[in-house]
Amino acid sequence: MTMNNVPGKDKGSVKLYALSTCVWCKKVKKLLNDLKVAYDYIDVDLLEEEAKAEAKEEIIKWNPPCSFPTLVLGDKKCIVGFDEGKINRELG
Amino acid sequence: MAEQGKIEALYNKLNAEAEAGGYHLNPDKDFTKELVNGLLVNEERYGYPACPCRLASGNKEADLDIICPCDYRDPDLTDYGACYCALYVSGEVLAGKKKLASIPERRPAAGLPKKPAFPVWRCSVCGYLCARENPPEVCPICKAKKERFERFL
Ligand code: SF4
Repeated sequence: MTMNNVPGKDKGSVKLYALSTCVWCKKVKKLLNDLKVAYDYIDVDLLEEEAKAEAKEEIIKWNPPCSFPTLVLGDKKCIVGFDEGKINRELG
Repeated sequence: MAEQGKIEALYNKLNAEAEAGGYHLNPDKDFTKELVNGLLVNEERYGYPACPCRLASGNKEADLDIICPCDYRDPDLTDYGACYCALYVSGEVLAGKKKLASIPERRPAAGLPKKPAFPVWRCSVCGYLCARENPPEVCPICKAKKERFERFL
C-alpha cells in the first residue's frame, strides 16, 4: 500500500487516512495544505481489496472504530475527525 | 465526480424531501453538494447511496445501516445538531445558533450487537408514533415541535 506524498515543511511523519467522498477528509487535506506541512495520504475507498484490508488494519491500531479522517502523527499520536484546533496545535 | 446536472437534481430532491419531513439539509451549499456528489459516486460504485463519510463494504446487507439517510442520522441530530457527514442539520444549526464540527462515530464497530429495544414516543397533536431513542425535532406528519411528544411505551 503506497501513500500519496504532498511535499512541504517537515513536521515528522504525518499520515492521513481518508475517503475520496468525505467532506471532512477534504477539510483536513485543505488544512494541511494551508499549513504547508509535508504529509502522506491515502483515499482508502479507492483501493483494491487487499490494500484496503491492509489500510484498515493500520487504522484500527490507532482508531478502533476505523472512522475517517484518521491522522497519525509521528507514529505516536492520532487525531480523529476534522479537529482544526488540535491539528493547528500539533502542526501549526 | 458526478455530472453537475445530476448533483443539482439530487440536491433539489433531497432538499424538498427533507423540508417536507421536518429535516433540513446543511445550508452551506458547496459543502452539501460535495456530499451529494459522494452519494452519487457511491450509488454508481456500490449500487446504493452509502454514506460518503464511511467506508462501505460493498455488501449491501452489511451496509444497510449506512445507506443514506443512515440509522444514525436522527440520534446524531438530537445529540450534535448534525448527522455524521453534516448533510443534515438541526433547526438550531440552520438558524446559525450552533457551529458545526466533525462529530464522533456512533456506528458500532463490526461485531457489536445492535440495541435491542427503543422507547416509543407519541405526538400529542396528531398521534404519530415512533420508536427511537428520542422524539424527532419536528413531527414529520403534523410538524408539531419536539416538546409536544410524550413517552408512550
Ligand atoms: S451521516 Fe448523513 S450523509 Fe452520511 S449516511 Fe447518515 S444521513 Fe447520510
